[in-house]
Formats: sequence, structure tokens, C-alpha cells
Amino acid sequence: MDLDPVFLARAQFALTIAFHYIFPPLSIGLGMLMVIMEGMYMVTKDVRYEVMAKFWTKIFALIFAMGVASGIVMEFQFGTNWATYSRFVGDIFGSALAAEAIFAFFLESGFLAVLVFGWDRVSPRMHFFATVMVALGSIFSAVWIVVANSWQQTPAGYHIVGVGLDRRAELTDFWAMVFNPSAVERLTHVIIGAFILGGFFVMSVSAYYLLKGRHEDFARRSFGIALPFAAVFSIAALLSGHSQAVNVAKTQPAKLAAFEGHFTKIDGGAPLYILGIPSEEQRRVRGGVAIPGMLSFLVHGDWSEPVTPLDDPAILPEGHVMAAGETLSDYWPPVNACFQLYHLMVGLGMLFILLTVPALVLRWRGTLFEKRTLLWVFVFAVIGPIIANQAGWAAAEIGRQPWIVYGMLKTADAASKAVSGAEVLTSIILFSLIYLSLLVVWIYVMDSKIRVGPEELEAGPPSAARERWLNAATRRADASTGDSVTEVPGEDR
Amino acid sequence: MDLNLLWFILIGVLLTGYAILDGFDLGVGILHPGARNDHDRRILMNSIGPLWDGNEVWLVTFGGALFAAFPHAYATAFSGYYLPFMLLLVALIFRAVSMEFRSKRESPTWRRFFDVSFCGSSALATWLFGVAVGNSMIGIPVGADREYVGGFFNLLGPFPVLVGLFAVSMFAMHGAIYLSLKTDGALQKRVHRWMWRTFFVFVAFFVGVTVYAVAAVPSATQNFRQFPWAWAVVVLNVLAVANIPRAIHHGRPLYAFVTSCCSIAAFVFLFMVALYPNLIVSSLNPEWSLDIYNAASSPKTLGIMAIIALIGMPFVLTYTAIIYWVFRGKVELGKFSY
Repeated sequence: MDLDPVFLARAQFALTIAFHYIFPPLSIGLGMLMVIMEGMYMVTKDVRYEVMAKFWTKIFALIFAMGVASGIVMEFQFGTNWATYSRFVGDIFGSALAAEAIFAFFLESGFLAVLVFGWDRVSPRMHFFATVMVALGSIFSAVWIVVANSWQQTPAGYHIVGVGLDRRAELTDFWAMVFNPSAVERLTHVIIGAFILGGFFVMSVSAYYLLKGRHEDFARRSFGIALPFAAVFSIAALLSGHSQAVNVAKTQPAKLAAFEGHFTKIDGGAPLYILGIPSEEQRRVRGGVAIPGMLSFLVHGDWSEPVTPLDDPAILPEGHVMAAGETLSDYWPPVNACFQLYHLMVGLGMLFILLTVPALVLRWRGTLFEKRTLLWVFVFAVIGPIIANQAGWAAAEIGRQPWIVYGMLKTADAASKAVSGAEVLTSIILFSLIYLSLLVVWIYVMDSKIRVGPEELEAGPPSAARERWLNAATRRADASTGDSVTEVPGEDR
Repeated sequence: MDLNLLWFILIGVLLTGYAILDGFDLGVGILHPGARNDHDRRILMNSIGPLWDGNEVWLVTFGGALFAAFPHAYATAFSGYYLPFMLLLVALIFRAVSMEFRSKRESPTWRRFFDVSFCGSSALATWLFGVAVGNSMIGIPVGADREYVGGFFNLLGPFPVLVGLFAVSMFAMHGAIYLSLKTDGALQKRVHRWMWRTFFVFVAFFVGVTVYAVAAVPSATQNFRQFPWAWAVVVLNVLAVANIPRAIHHGRPLYAFVTSCCSIAAFVFLFMVALYPNLIVSSLNPEWSLDIYNAASSPKTLGIMAIIALIGMPFVLTYTAIIYWVFRGKVELGKFSY
């Protein structure tokens, strides 16, 4: 068996990053919602918000633990599998990664302890501070890793020194590296994607409780916070996605052309394919449904201005000269994969708007929680943003191919020389088995936590807020039979 | 002092921080099966519950700093130690999820599985750290192109394996001393016995590693001729090790713990002295070794990183201090515990 180490190294990276990338966006999104919930508790002193914050914190801890466990692999596998890449970019990429560790990981992990274990040990104000710090830390972490990744897409603030084994990129301007041409736009889009996922996750669990008639007050409130949050960011994703696509057209024309299956110049503006199967051999989109001129309009605001197609040498990175024997298609990313992943993300993004905005109208009218079918849709809709985040990330990375650092270093030249294909395959099998079983156990534990649900209010030191809440609860219990607010607390069974 | 030396020292500081902090929680993991019943096991796990994650960040930061400051050393070491590193990653993953999942179900089988996984992964990770340190001291086969040319079993020589066991005994002792601070009653009495036992095992390995290094690892003592002042640290270290049983005997576990921390710091320090100025010693040709100059990033990056560290580290130390202060005192199981 011939084992191609580069292919295997890519497969392993794809596996480990895809698994990891389930969790951080969820932490970022849920973390921000927890800040809102606990913030409302701080403002209103209403114990119900405290119950919400506590429940979501438990869920958050489970998500965060998986993020940590799978994230430590990410930090080290640049060195294990991509040693040549690490030597080439360490001067730049390494600094962003180290900055992430110092500025984000310590913040998150430190205050996570207070967030999860500290309810009885610190004042509510301090606890809220910890929640804010954890949310902030998770965003900082996204900042640095997206900066580092964006530098691979649109390098800036560097120069190349040395030849042969010593050839590498060195930093010339730190802030130009940080604010490289795609960093801000990509970061915005990533964070928005995480917020949407957080919103849909909270709505999924809440809708489940509503359908089962459990913890209804809790579920209504949680849903009520998450829905406008998800709706706002679904719309924001469309806007930020648009501006990012315009940026890609400028900075990585081959990537955008692959996203859109735009092979060749057409008179009267480039069409926008809604569906289709791009064929690299036939250089066209088969079975395509397209809006004429729309791509030109989206990129340039002009229906007829041409967009750089895949058969135009302008898709090459600036200043790059093809070697003898190379053709332009050697510089194409896998077009079909890019097209489908990108369209999947965009399509799902549209669905999020179509789902959240009408739901918001129903909520405003006060009938949302009676629509059982819609609630069932929300129970499962959380899978949408997970897929959209994954597809978007994959499209961005596959779209950069054949480069690992755009215009500078090819993926094929970047893998570890000291590592054999068999070794990589061993670790792929190892990680596949572990990740699969972890995922199963994680879903199982999450499911049981969700089934147990939030704690109901129990006897504790009386406070004014608790008094108010208990009085209100008694009134409501009297008013509506069967809708008891004193369900059995199911703490840890 | 140039930036390269500064970063060599900072890498050493991060390694020291990691060894001291994650050292005790890995140690608690190694000792975990010694607890008799479920309640005691939960106490042990929760003694490090809020802390282990932050402790592990020292390792992540060490990795990031090595990547940024000495990319060639990072690339050579991590691709060269490929399979051991994969094992280490697997161990760290299992450790993290074992703590998170273990007490989420009542089932004895479930809990036993994660108990075994918690102890096994803690011991394996510690042992692998020791093996890596041992290999760094004797050198590994690295060619002129900075690439590792050996196989997996080249890394399992007698000295690295011995250093691995030494690391396990040291962290177990460190963890036992930590636990005596966090427990009380009958469990504390048991922990007290563990302290003594692990201390004697640790001393045995300490002597073994020292004798082996002096007799058969020339690079271990070479630098001491160049830096005679480093002998002072050797003496201080021996005094620290001797002070541990004294502090235990006088019933002052906090003093014993501080001493144990000092001793670990001294070991890392001596390791770094023995290594200097190399990061990775080539066993094939000393000229091919990666040192703090030929493996380093540009002075510009080292300078910027120094500023980042200067801004970041005070924050890091503040968070760490706050968290250890908030979670001081004996462990009590509550509804937010593992």
C-alpha cells in the first residue's frame, strides 16, 4: 500500500479540526448568551435568571471540556504533522498562537473555574465578572487563531529570507500581520457564525422543554432571549458574508471563482449559480440554475463588470510565475468541493433568516409557543449552524489550495519530513476511534443533563428576590393547574 | 543578555510553571486509585477540579512559545517524537474527559472506567514528559537538515525510561503533599501515608537518575564546569529534597508543598543548565544540534514576543493567584462538584 504522507496529514488535520470546531463556536455563542442571562439577573435580581445562568453554565462546562480536550491537539499538530510549514511560518504564525495562549487561554481557563465551581464561593458580582471574562476569553481565542489563519490566506507584514532549507517568512510589521487584508472580515464572520449557533442551541433545548411541557417558564425565557439574538446575527451573517466574498474576490480570486463555479468569462457579466455541479474537465457548471450577471453585481455593484474567472491568469497570486510544464488548473482549488460547501453554507444561512425572522414575528404576536411543529423544527435546527460553520471553514481552507500559505508555500511541500505515512495513518485511526467514542459519550452525557433540566427553586437563605419569585410562583400555580412551577429537582440523580 | 537567551529563560519559566502546577494535579491522578471509596475519589478529583485546566494552559503556552521563539526546535521535536506525542495527546484528552464525565452517572462500571482512564492517562502523560526530558539530555538522532532520522524505539533507551519513572514518582509525591493540604479526617491520614511512601520511591529514583547521569550521560555535567555557580542549585536542591520529610514530620504540609515546588523548579533549572545553549542535541554530530541561535525566530519576532509576554504574564499571574485564592482550603463536595 502506498501511503501519501501529505494526503494523510491533510486528512488528519481535517479530522481533528472538524471535530474541534464543533465545540469552540458553541462555547463562544453560548458564552455570550450566558453573559446576557446573568446580566439580566444582575439588573433585575430575579432568581429565575440565576437559575437560567446556572443551568446553561453546566452545559457550557461540558462543551468547554470537549473544546479543551480536542484543542490541545491543534496546538501541537502543526509541529507533529506540518514541521516544514512550522519552520517556514514559526516567526509569524507561532507568535499569533503564543499570543492566543497568553491572552486568551489563561483568561478562559482561570475564570471558567469560578464560573463553574464558584457559585457558592464568590459574590454574584464577582461571578458575573467571571462569566464575562470567560466569554471574552473565548472571543480573544477566536481573534488570535483567525488572525493566524487569515495570515495564511492573505499574508502581510512579512518578508521572505534565506534559501533552501533556511527559506522562511519573517515578520516585518506586527500590526500589518494582525490586520492583514482579510482578518477583520473573517473574524467578524466567524464570531457571527458562533453566535448563531449559540442562539440555535439554546432554542433547541428550550423548544424541547416546551414540547414536553417541562420547565416551561425557564424555556420560554431562554427561547425569548436566544431568538432575537439568533435572528439579528443571522441577518448580520448575510451582510458580513457579502463583504467577505467581495474581499475574497479581491484577495484570492481563484477561491471566489471556485466558490461560484465561475470558469470562464461570459459577456454581459458573471452569472450567480444557485445550484449545479461544476465540472473541471468540461469547465462549466452542469445542471446549473443561475441568475445572469448577479455575481458581477454582488462583487462590483455592476451587472456587467467581469469577475476574474478560473481560466484567467489573474487568479495566480500576485507576482507568482508558473513553472515550466504547469498549467493554470494546477492552481485551482478542487472546484466542486468548494462550490458545494460554499453553497451549503450560504443556503443554510438563508434558512436561518427564514426561520428566525418569522418566528420573531410570531413571538411578538404571542403565538410562537403554540406552534408545535415549528418548535419541533427548532429542536433539530441546531444541526444547521453546526454544519454551516463546518462547511464555511472547510470551504475557506479548501479554497486556499494548492497553497498552505497563499502565494508562498504549497501544501504539498509543507508536511513533516521525519514522519512516515504509516505513522500518520496510525494516529488517524487512533484519533478516529477516540473522537467517535468521545462524541457518543458526550452526546449521551449532554442528553442526560438536558433531560434532568434546570434546578427548580429550593429552600435556601431567603432573599427579597426569592420572596418575590416565590410569591409570583404561588400565584401562577394557583391560576393554572397542571402547570406546576415546583417540579422535582433532578440534580445529579 | 540577548533576546535568544531571554527566550530560553522564558521557555524554562513556562516549563517550571507547568511542572509545578500540572505536576500536582497529574500526581493526584496517579494516586487516585489509592482512594478507598467513591466519596474519597470524588474528593481527590475535586481537589484539582477548578485548577487543572488552568495548569494545563502552561503546557499549551510552552508549546506556543517554543513554536514562536524557536520554530526549528518545535518542528524537529514534535515531528521527531511523533508517536510519543500522539500518545501524550491521547492521554491528555482522556484525562480531561475522565474528570468531566466520571461523576455524571451513578453506574459503578461507568465510574470505574473513568477512574482507570484518569489514573492511566495521568501516569502515561507524566512518564512521557520524563522520557522527553531524558531524550533531550542524551540527544536524539537529528541530521544536518534538522530532521529526526530515528524510529520510535530510539526514544525508549534506558535513561529516558528511567527519567520517566522518576517523573512519575516526583509528581506522585508532589500530588500527595498537595492532597494533604486539601483533605481532612481519615482520608488525610491515608494521604499522609502516601506522602511517606512516594517520598521514598522518589528518593530512590532521584539517586538512580543522578548516578546514571553522572556516570553515563556526559552532557548532563559538562556545563557545570562552565557555570560553577550552578553547583549552588544542586546543593540547594538536595537541601530542598531533604527538607520535604522534615516538613512532613513536623506536620507542616504547606511548608512541605512549597519545598516540593522549589525542588521541582530546581530540577527544571538544572535540566535547562545541562541543555544550554542547545534545545535539541543531535546524537549524530554536535554541529547539527539545534541551539537557541540557529533554531530561533528573527530578533524582531523575539522582541515583539517579549513585549507580549511582558504584557501578558502579569495578567496570567493575577488570574492564577485569584483562582487559587478563591478555591483555597479543604475540598467539600457540593452540587457544582465533579
